[in-house]
Amino acid sequence: MRDILVLIFLCGGIFFFTVGAIGLIRLPDVFTRIHATTKCDTLGAGLILVGLVIHEGFTAPSLKVVMVLLFLWLTNPAASHLLARAVYRSGEVPVETIDLIIQRPGGGAEHG
Amino acid sequence: MPLVERTLVYASIALVGVMFVAFYRAVVGPTPADRIVAINVIGTKAVLIMTMISFAYDQKFFLDVSLVYTLISFLATLGLAKYLEKGSLG
Repeated sequence: MRDILVLIFLCGGIFFFTVGAIGLIRLPDVFTRIHATTKCDTLGAGLILVGLVIHEGFTAPSLKVVMVLLFLWLTNPAASHLLARAVYRSGEVPVETIDLIIQRPGGGAEHG
Repeated sequence: MPLVERTLVYASIALVGVMFVAFYRAVVGPTPADRIVAINVIGTKAVLIMTMISFAYDQKFFLDVSLVYTLISFLATLGLAKYLEKGSLG
């Protein structure tokens, strides 16, 4: 019973990692790629490590896995936020905004 | 090898395949920020692979390696983001 739960968590983690990689390949912009990979990686790592903790039980290696998990959950969004801020401040414009402004029929640039 | 351990090995192989997908973006990425994002993804996947291998083959000292690798990967991304923003690391 516990093995089935662990397998479900592992398959969920692999699924979210795969979705993040597809987003990294398919999306058109740096910001959208950061958006796809960060959330998928954080959730996938959380699922896999929680599955490992369930498999191991309450031991010292499982405490180390919990530490890896907490550290990933702290650092991964912070690193992506810093990276997105650095890209934005270095002059890159998000591609969706350009598309919205160009496709507006009246020529106005108001936000929709 | 029991069921969960064998599944951990297969999951590691699957993560290596996904890692090659991210490696494609790191090679052909148009801007440097794309490459940094791909390297960040590869680092996270490497941590997960180390943790899963340490449980699959019962080598628990790999957990320390993965803990330190998380820290180093975060610092690398931090430094690269600062270099991208300011043009230098000073």
